[in-house]
Amino acid sequence: MGVKPLSPLDLSLAATLVLLLGILSWRLRLGLEKRLAISALRTTVQLLFIGQVLRVLFSNASFLFVFAISMVMLIVAGREVVVRQHRRIRGFQGWLLGTGSMFVSSFAVAIFALAVIIANDPWYTPQYAIPLLGMLLGNTMNGIALSMDRMTEALWQQRQIVEQRLLLGQTSREAIHEIRQQAMRFGMIPIINAMAAAGLVSLPGMMTGQILGGSSPMDAVKYQILIMFLICAGTGFGVITAITLTSRKLFDDRDRLRLEVLEKS
Amino acid sequence: MSRLEIDNVTFRDHGPYSLEICGRQCLGLQGASGSGKTLLLRAIADLDPHGGSLRLGSMLCSEVPAPLWRKSVALLPAESSWWQDTVEGHFHDFSSLSAGLLKQLGFDFEVGSWQISRLSTGEKQRLAILRVLENRPGALLLDEPTASLDAANITKVEQLLLEYGRKNNAPLLWVSHDPEQLDRVADRSLFMHENGELTTLGGEDGC
Repeated sequence: MGVKPLSPLDLSLAATLVLLLGILSWRLRLGLEKRLAISALRTTVQLLFIGQVLRVLFSNASFLFVFAISMVMLIVAGREVVVRQHRRIRGFQGWLLGTGSMFVSSFAVAIFALAVIIANDPWYTPQYAIPLLGMLLGNTMNGIALSMDRMTEALWQQRQIVEQRLLLGQTSREAIHEIRQQAMRFGMIPIINAMAAAGLVSLPGMMTGQILGGSSPMDAVKYQILIMFLICAGTGFGVITAITLTSRKLFDDRDRLRLEVLEKS
Repeated sequence: MSRLEIDNVTFRDHGPYSLEICGRQCLGLQGASGSGKTLLLRAIADLDPHGGSLRLGSMLCSEVPAPLWRKSVALLPAESSWWQDTVEGHFHDFSSLSAGLLKQLGFDFEVGSWQISRLSTGEKQRLAILRVLENRPGALLLDEPTASLDAANITKVEQLLLEYGRKNNAPLLWVSHDPEQLDRVADRSLFMHENGELTTLGGEDGC
């Protein structure tokens, strides 16, 4: 059983709902109508575009093509991590740090899942590889951005305390132990909460999609559990890598706090 | 033996500074605010990047890990910071402190369980002195150590710090805005001008 196709008319009906909301926003002077219009338009254009790309990709599943698309996804996600920082590490290194952490965790977990668990032939079958990597990157990106932001902000706010601890002879690792811990937890909380509430409060998007597409609920559930575990591991490893690299960058080899590596966005 | 040698130390646009403070000796430092006294102390504690070399006795700063250097050449900042809920959380072992030392600063062992949020500025400063001495530093860099204290406590703290220097053969570098205080505690004094230049105010140079 396939999914029932949507006609342009169906989508236009859904769009009128957004239009109504826009009119309401204008009447209530919420000032949201412009941003609403732009983002609704972006969603339409971006998704139609990616639909075309995936259509071409699925019809000729070359490894190079899959690899190229994953790299584009990684670079965009890396930029997003940087943009979301209130105080970020200056220059190219700041970008490399977030992107590198995402690359290490997301790609390692995705390749493991594709090659060992799902084990398609070939393992990079784009129908599996691209959505899986997309979900992993999206979630690690959130976790890494949240934890790095928390880390640099806390260090900035508590620099006097950190330096006081250094002055008492603590190593940089000891002096920021609590800040590191909090930052890592902060990045992990969304996925931990999502795992705890899955199925009870919300039906995860991927599972919903699979069921709409005609999969049996149990098949969909098993895939969802797999995805949750992968996202959890990917986010966790990514956050730990990012926070470890960030804290190294913020201290020099004499255990001095070097906040001048940060710039305000 | 445990002489603090500051040799051609530079930081930002300051220096070079060359100073020598012998064990038991107290060198006073006063000067215009913003002239870089605190920065000099931070450089000596190796908390800011600097040029030149630092040595305490036979210990060369660049040859030991920075945390060990800071334990040995301890900087007491003008404003202390606290990060745990209670006083004792900031000490390695509060119960093994000397009762005499506590008493000299006007406390007893009960102070260990006090909440940080309920301490006055003066209490915090006296506890910060206790905290820095727990590491048994070989040299002390004091940044306005009595600025937040009342007259009675100023005398107590001056005595206690000088006594620590004498008993442990430790050099003291004492920054103060109060020339009378430096007359009381320092063996010799330096003045830092707004451009960062040092001139001798009084006392004999060397050991």
